[in-house]
Amino acid sequence: MRDFFTVSILVATIASGIRLATPYLLAGLGETIGQRSGVLNLGVDGVMQLSAFFSYWAVLETDNLWLGMVIGLVVGLVMGVIYAVVTVVLKAQQGISGIGIFLFGLGFSDLMFRRQVGTPKPANQLPEIPIPLLSDIPWVGEALFEHSVVTYAAFATVPLLAWMLRSTTFGMNIRAVGENPQAADSLGVSVAWNRTFAILIGNGMAGLAGAALVLELGIFQPNLTNGLGFIAVALVYFGAWRPVGIMSGALLYGLVAAVVLQWKAQGIIPRGASDIAAMAPAVLTILALIILAGRVQAPAALTRPFSRH
Amino acid sequence: MKRFLGASIPLLAAGIAFLFGAIMLLAIGASPWEGLKALLDGAFGSWDRLAATAIKATPLILVGAGITIAFRTSVVNIGGEGQIVAGALLSTSVALAVPDLPGILLVPVVLIAGLVGGAIVGAIPGALKAYASVNEILSTIMLNIVMVQLMNYLLRGPLIDPREVEAGTRIPQTERLSDNASLPNIVPGVRLHLGVLVAVLAAVAVYILLWRTPLGFRLRAVGHSPDAARAAGINVKANITMALSMSGSLGGLAGAILVFGSEGQRMVTDGSSTGFTGSAGFNGIVAALFGGLHPLWTIPSSFLFGALLTGATNLQRVLQVPAPIAIAINGIVVVFVVSSGRIREKLDRMLDARSELDGPSGDDTATAKGASA
Repeated sequence: MRDFFTVSILVATIASGIRLATPYLLAGLGETIGQRSGVLNLGVDGVMQLSAFFSYWAVLETDNLWLGMVIGLVVGLVMGVIYAVVTVVLKAQQGISGIGIFLFGLGFSDLMFRRQVGTPKPANQLPEIPIPLLSDIPWVGEALFEHSVVTYAAFATVPLLAWMLRSTTFGMNIRAVGENPQAADSLGVSVAWNRTFAILIGNGMAGLAGAALVLELGIFQPNLTNGLGFIAVALVYFGAWRPVGIMSGALLYGLVAAVVLQWKAQGIIPRGASDIAAMAPAVLTILALIILAGRVQAPAALTRPFSRH
Repeated sequence: MKRFLGASIPLLAAGIAFLFGAIMLLAIGASPWEGLKALLDGAFGSWDRLAATAIKATPLILVGAGITIAFRTSVVNIGGEGQIVAGALLSTSVALAVPDLPGILLVPVVLIAGLVGGAIVGAIPGALKAYASVNEILSTIMLNIVMVQLMNYLLRGPLIDPREVEAGTRIPQTERLSDNASLPNIVPGVRLHLGVLVAVLAAVAVYILLWRTPLGFRLRAVGHSPDAARAAGINVKANITMALSMSGSLGGLAGAILVFGSEGQRMVTDGSSTGFTGSAGFNGIVAALFGGLHPLWTIPSSFLFGALLTGATNLQRVLQVPAPIAIAINGIVVVFVVSSGRIREKLDRMLDARSELDGPSGDDTATAKGASA
C-alpha cells in the first residue's frame, strides 16, 4: 500500500513537471528559431506578460478558452511585428531593445490589469484531455497522456521544428541568415524577410507560452512570469540551439519545480528551503553556461544586425 | 550642430514615448491633458514633491552611472536588480550586527557595505565573462533571479523581525533598523536625504574615473578594441571583471540607500525584486541610455525619469490611472532611443564627413563623439 502511495505521488509529480515545462518549452522553442536567424529577443518575458494578461482578460469576459489562446498568439505576433521593425528595419542593439520590450510588457500588463480587472478573479482553466487508450496505461498514462491541448501541442512542435530547421528550405534559409548573412544575401536569400519570419514565429510562440501559463493557472497577477521568460531565453543556450535540447532543459526545469512544490506540499522541506530551491533554474543555467561555453557554437551572426556594405 | 543633434534625438524619442503615453491614457478612457497636468503637478508641484522626485532619481543615477562604466568597457550589465538587492542585504545585515555604532560611523559603514555587496554580485558575471567566456547578459539576468530568492529566504528566515515570528504574522521584513544608520536629511524641513547627494557625487566620480584616470583609460581602451588594448599590454580580463564589479557596486550602493533612506527604516520583500527595487535596476538602464551613456548626463536624465515615477503616483491618485504606466512608458523610451541610435549614428557619420571636409577638428569633437557613442 505504501509503495503504491509513493508511486502515485511520483506519477503526479512527473505530470505536474510536464505541465510546468510547457511555457518554458513554447517560449524557448520560439526563441531558438529567432536566434538561429541571428536575432536575440530578450523581451520574451514582457511579451509573455502581455499575452498572459490579454488572454486571461478574454477568457474572464467570454469563458472561451480557444479565444484566450488565439488572443495570446495575436498579442505575441503584434509584439513580433514591433520587434522586427526595431531590430531588422531600424537595426537597433538587440539586448537593450529587448529590455525595452520587457519593461513595456511588465508595465502595460500591470496597468491594464489594475484598470480593467483590479483584483485577481479566477477564470476558466485549460481542461485536461486524456488521450483515449494511451491514458489507460497504468502510471505512464496519467503522467504523460492527461494534459491540456497546449501541452500536447508544445511537445509535438519539437520534432516539427527540428525537421523544419534541418530539412526545409525555410529552415535552411533561417540558419543561413543566422550563420552568414552576407553569403545568404549574395545567393539571393532575403536576410530581412527570413529574420522577420523567425521573429514572428518566436514572438507568436512566446505569446502562446504566456497564454498557456495563465490559462493553466486560471488567474493573473502583475509580474505573473516572475522571470520565466528570461529563463526561457537562457534555455536556448542550455539546449545548444537545438529543439530537442530545449525540450530536455524545459523538462528538467519543470520537474525540478514540480519536485519542490511536492516537497513543500508534504512539508518535507521548510518554507525557507523552497526559496533556495527556487534559485535552481537560474543556478543550473549559470552552471550550464560555464560548462557549455566554448563547446557549443552560437549562430555566428547572433545579435549582429545585417546591412549590405 | 552635432551636439544639438546628439541631444535632440533622445528628446524626440521621449516625445514619441509621451505620445504613446497619451494614447495609452486615451485607450483606458482618461484625458491625456489632465494626465499631463497630474503628472507634472505630482513631480514638481511642491518642495516635498520635488524632493520625492529627487529620491526616486537617486537609485537611477547610481545604477545608470554604473551602467556607463560597463558599456564604456563594452560589457552589458542587466544585473542592476540583483546588485541592488545584494547591496541592500549586506548593508542591512551590517546594520543589524552593529546597531550601536554612532551615526557618523554607521552611515558610511552601511553605504560601504552596500558598495561591497553590489561589487561581489557584479564581479561574478564579470569574471565568468572574462575567464570562462560566459555571456554576461544571461549571467547577470540569472543572478537577478538568484538574488531575489536569496532576499526572500533571508527575510523570511534568518533576518526576519523576531516580533513577526512571535505574533505569528511572519511578514517577511527585518526589525526596525538602527536610527544611527538612517540617512540624515540635507535640507531642513524637506524629506531630502543624504543619498541624493551621494548619488550625484558618485556620478561625477564615475566621470572622473572614466576620463581622468589611467584605470578609466584602460577600461575605455578595452571597450574600444580589446585586441588593441591587449597589444598595448592592458590586462583585458582583469579590466572586464573590474568594470562589471564597479558597475555592480553602484547598484549595491543604491540598494543601501533604498533601505536606509526609506521611511520604514527596514527591508521588506513582497516576493519579487520589483517590490523592493521599484525596477530601478532596469529603469537605471533607461536613464543611462537616455543620457547618451555619459555619467554626467545620467544625472538630469535620472531626474526626468524620477519625475515620471513620482508623477505617475499622482496620476493614480488623481485620475485613477495605475502607476505602472510609467514603467510602460520607460519601455517605449528604451525602444525608441535604441532604434534612433542608428539614425543618430548615420547623422554622426554624415557630420563627420562634413567636418573632415572643413578641415581637421579639435579635441572637442572627439569628446562629443565619445559622449554620443
